[in-house]
Amino acid sequence: MKKVLAMLLVLAMAVSMIACTQKGGDASKAEEVTGMTKAEYDAAAVDSEVEVVTYVQAKQGWWENEGVGMATFYTQSEDGAYFLYNMPCSKEDYDKMTEGTKIKVKGFKAEWSGEVEIIDAKYEILDGSYVAKAFDATSLLGTDELIKHQNEKVSFTGLTVEAANDAGAAFLYNWDGSGSQGNDLYFNVSVNGQTYSFTVESYLCGADTDVYKAVEGLKVGDTIDCEGFLYWYEGANPHITAVTVK
Amino acid sequence: MRKHSILAVLLAVILMGTLLTGCHGQVSMNSFEIPDAFDTSRTYEITFWAKNDTNKTQTAIYQQAIDDFHALYPNVTVNLRLYTNYGDIYNDVITNIATSTTPNVCITYPDHIATYMTGSEVVVPLDELIVDPKYGLGGSELAFDSPAADEVVPQFLEECRIGGTTYALPFMRSTEACYVNKTYVEKLGYTLPDVLTWDFIWEVSEAALAKADDGTYALNGQNVMIPFIYKSTDNMMIQMLRQLDADYSTDAGEILLFNDTTRALLREIAKHGESRAFSTFKISSYPGNFLNAGQCLFAIDSTAGATWMGTDAPLMDISPDKIVKFETAVLPVPQFDPANPKMISQGPSVCIFNKEDPQEVLASWLFTQYLLTDKMQTAYSETEGYIPVTTHAQNSAEYQEYLSLIGTDTDHYAVKIQASELLLDHIGDTFTTPVFNGSASLRDAAGQLIESAVKSVRRGTVIDDNYIDQLYRDTRQLYRLGQMNVSVGKTDLGPLPRTAVILLSALVTVWIGILVYLLIEKIRQKRQSSE
Repeated sequence: MKKVLAMLLVLAMAVSMIACTQKGGDASKAEEVTGMTKAEYDAAAVDSEVEVVTYVQAKQGWWENEGVGMATFYTQSEDGAYFLYNMPCSKEDYDKMTEGTKIKVKGFKAEWSGEVEIIDAKYEILDGSYVAKAFDATSLLGTDELIKHQNEKVSFTGLTVEAANDAGAAFLYNWDGSGSQGNDLYFNVSVNGQTYSFTVESYLCGADTDVYKAVEGLKVGDTIDCEGFLYWYEGANPHITAVTVK
Repeated sequence: MRKHSILAVLLAVILMGTLLTGCHGQVSMNSFEIPDAFDTSRTYEITFWAKNDTNKTQTAIYQQAIDDFHALYPNVTVNLRLYTNYGDIYNDVITNIATSTTPNVCITYPDHIATYMTGSEVVVPLDELIVDPKYGLGGSELAFDSPAADEVVPQFLEECRIGGTTYALPFMRSTEACYVNKTYVEKLGYTLPDVLTWDFIWEVSEAALAKADDGTYALNGQNVMIPFIYKSTDNMMIQMLRQLDADYSTDAGEILLFNDTTRALLREIAKHGESRAFSTFKISSYPGNFLNAGQCLFAIDSTAGATWMGTDAPLMDISPDKIVKFETAVLPVPQFDPANPKMISQGPSVCIFNKEDPQEVLASWLFTQYLLTDKMQTAYSETEGYIPVTTHAQNSAEYQEYLSLIGTDTDHYAVKIQASELLLDHIGDTFTTPVFNGSASLRDAAGQLIESAVKSVRRGTVIDDNYIDQLYRDTRQLYRLGQMNVSVGKTDLGPLPRTAVILLSALVTVWIGILVYLLIEKIRQKRQSSE
């Protein structure tokens, strides 16, 4: 009798464990997690609550404010990009979130000097992955169309490096050259007769990254291809993550 | 047996005492004593962590000062590390205190020094150095013309005293100014008073929101208008409270911010946040960007940001096609009692970190003092709306000439010099808040109250007593203001340091040893009694 009872208990346990496992596995399929579409997000007013499902493309940095972890992310889904600014986030989760990680984000839409972003957000890490392909925005530089791709992963090809100051430097530490190695890098590029200012954001790509070193090695007149994220500050201010000298 | 027990207890006490002594104080260093003479036969390499306002002229001035100092003292090499904000310097210093790798000389705020003083003798007290006849201010053995102690503006020097001791020298001073689009204010039918009041600024800001039939703002014909933007909301709250003689904190560090006057101010501010007549830097962006684009009437920012303000500002973040022509007025921050104006005194100070080698500290002091020389003071103050911190530099012919050339060229940009003059005219009306461990957090909390209330009301939340009660609780908790250690020079300890872990482990081991000993003795006694 005891043996039978023990067997029954073991069997019940095993069945329940399998059931539990299957339920967990099915959940992500059964409950398709959705948020706003990019069009709905664009239509939402500044200061309104927004909820999107998106994928981490790059991490700008993690820091602590009075013991609360905060992180800033460049994210993108199939239909558009979202910049998540200073989202409360533990270091553990920040390390867990890599390129492609799917997340659901609920926060408030904000606009800061033209940059549309989600702030005061909460997140949930989901199963799934998506890494966006860079959109070639070269032909949109200087046009009103460019802003439609704000925050997206973008590429620019066939650019010519122009002098960043009167002294003929190819790049500057800080926008006016007031900084030193480790600060943001600013460099000018031209295409189709127009000159644009690009930035290597030091929190996103620090002094030890390939792109930072590549920009430090640029010479005026070099022809380059760039990839990065279409950040906005009083106009287009691409945060460059890769530079290829041709 | 009794003898053994006493011996064991005594040993345990001695061991614990030794461990406790060894662990006391997170960082400990011998107190600095002024050497009889500066040893010029030796070489010294000192590090100087400085802040610039993302201004390459300031960077060049620092470098020039370092070169000039090196020419005077060839045995001292100063290595400059530049920062663009005080917060990063503060964080890096805190990190480096733990590893005893602090810089020698550091630009700082007294609020931050109060936290640096977690370990004993980390920051060098300067009182004896200041009056030292050979190496003090105006000392006989200096290789340069240093200002005398009584030529440092007393009020600015007083701001560097913490708990009765001077821990820094003032380097530059600024205050806040209200940069006004006078053209638009007058277009609305108002006349600017000499001193703005809060009532005036709220009334005009609300009036500026009137829309035209096409949906644009009638005043500027644009789709964007934020009439009043404040850069530093911590200063906003602090100054409003001071102007009303309301509580903020005691000198000893008792937190009094969360009071009914603050509550009433938050309700008023939120009202204008809801109408969108008021916003902040954190919510919208730099006030100067909106001011210069004709999208803001009242932009409050530091006088040290004056070169970014106005139609003809030498520094500009917006594209030329967005700039709108208007007349800029530079006025004191708004007041509740215009006959008795009160405004914040701010700006960088310089502190010295202690090192094992007193000669190295003396080299640091000489360089720190060199930052107060006329050449350095006038050159740096002229880069922005700062003022020199010594009367010697303020009264120098060069500085007076600089002021007199107002508006003649970009170097003498009118708004910048007006901002400096504003502070020169109101030094007696400035104030600072008490400095204690936690005062930096309290300052952050004061600003956060405004930021939260304005953000919330923009999102549709009603700002009533319940909301403010909850805001007070959340803010106290976030900034740990309920648990603040109110004594000057102490700090909350954070996670247990390694030494504490060793101590606690030793205590447990000792107690286990005592118990084991007693148990063995008891067994032995039992055996003896049974034999």
